[in-house]
Amino acid sequence: MTKGWTPDQMAARCALDIPDGSYINLGIGMPERVADFVPEGREFIYHSENGLLGMGPTPPETKRNPDLINAGKKPVTLNPGASFFHHADSFAMIRGGHIDFCVLGAMQVAPNGDLANWTTGGAAIPAVGGAMDLVAGVKSIFVVSRHTTKDGSPKLVEACTYPLTGLGVVKRVFTDLAVIEVTENGFHVVELAPGVSFDEVRDKTGTEITAT
Amino acid sequence: MIDKTVPSVEDAVASINDGDTVLVAGFGAAGSPVELIHALIDHGAKELTVVNNNAGNGEVGLAALIGSGQVVKMICSYPRSGGSVVFPDLYKAGKIDLEVVPQGTLAERIRAAGAGIPAFYTPTSVGTPLADGKEVKEFDGKTYVMERWLPADIALIKADVADKHGNLTYNMTARNFGPVMCMAAKTTIVQAREIVDAGGINPEHVVTPGIFVDRIAHVAHPEHEETLLQAGRRYP
Repeated sequence: MTKGWTPDQMAARCALDIPDGSYINLGIGMPERVADFVPEGREFIYHSENGLLGMGPTPPETKRNPDLINAGKKPVTLNPGASFFHHADSFAMIRGGHIDFCVLGAMQVAPNGDLANWTTGGAAIPAVGGAMDLVAGVKSIFVVSRHTTKDGSPKLVEACTYPLTGLGVVKRVFTDLAVIEVTENGFHVVELAPGVSFDEVRDKTGTEITAT
Repeated sequence: MIDKTVPSVEDAVASINDGDTVLVAGFGAAGSPVELIHALIDHGAKELTVVNNNAGNGEVGLAALIGSGQVVKMICSYPRSGGSVVFPDLYKAGKIDLEVVPQGTLAERIRAAGAGIPAFYTPTSVGTPLADGKEVKEFDGKTYVMERWLPADIALIKADVADKHGNLTYNMTARNFGPVMCMAAKTTIVQAREIVDAGGINPEHVVTPGIFVDRIAHVAHPEHEETLLQAGRRYP
């Protein structure tokens, strides 16, 4: 048996924690996979910040329309009940607290909920998109991310060293190793992936972490 | 009789001046007013400040305008994307300025300009480098950062249907920044796929009311930036 969760399993585990009828914004990359794992009997409504509610799955090659795209600029479809709106209305939905969940990737998360996910700083061309608006306005921010970077450094750290996206915004983190709640007392493991021990999670976390 | 149509895209952009701030509609390729942008390249106005969510793709449309050397500053939320080469090269060479603005703040700064509101407070970017040097204030126990409006001289917009009064509809997610950009410029210039007489659009279906529009050029078969990119085209 493979140890830990695959990216698809991480996305599926995240989807389990989202209630029926939620309005959801999915970040670009791994978070997009959450839409492939809607639990039986639930209906989610997807918001895409370029101006679409009720976004459906990727169309086949022959049914693509370059004027019907998502925030990642990829072709999408419309679910029944979909609507279009302009950018200021779209971000009023976000900033005004109308979207229930946003699932994002992360470079670093701190135990106080601070998130860094937009730039490593330095010479890179700064590009933020809607990330700062989403973390400031959406009711619950979930992170789906590998537990460590490609070179094995922890992504759950004592304090973010990369430029921040938002202060105290992350509620829950779904990694390949565990589901971690951000509590008043810091990181707390609520579930371990199959075959993963709490000791391993603790070793791969850059700050204090607890479990029940 | 009110008739805001002009004979061509060339006529539509003729009044753009050196040093103007130009709002360019579009999110990636969707909603990009390609024919108006190319007409602006031919027109030659320079020292422009351009506002768009991105900074162009490939070597057509906005990227071609940037590549022509007519743009001194970009104001955008996401200047990095897969097919973006012209802007990154100029930026790294120190030949173009960049102001990065969170996407929702960008939309709201434009909307505020159109609504006559010079500044507003937002929770977005509090505690991050993008709030550095900006005034912050607490309201009901939460901290907000003050952002200024973003008024402009010109807006370049791609509509689907326009009537002669300037009432507009858009096509799907090509709407994006169009409606707020129409509001925020002294002169709003539209290219429309179809132009109808006043009354030809159901008032219930009007997305941008004509009061926000100054000039309309008919572009019956607009080239989609995505199609041009996939064909590897460049302009001129």
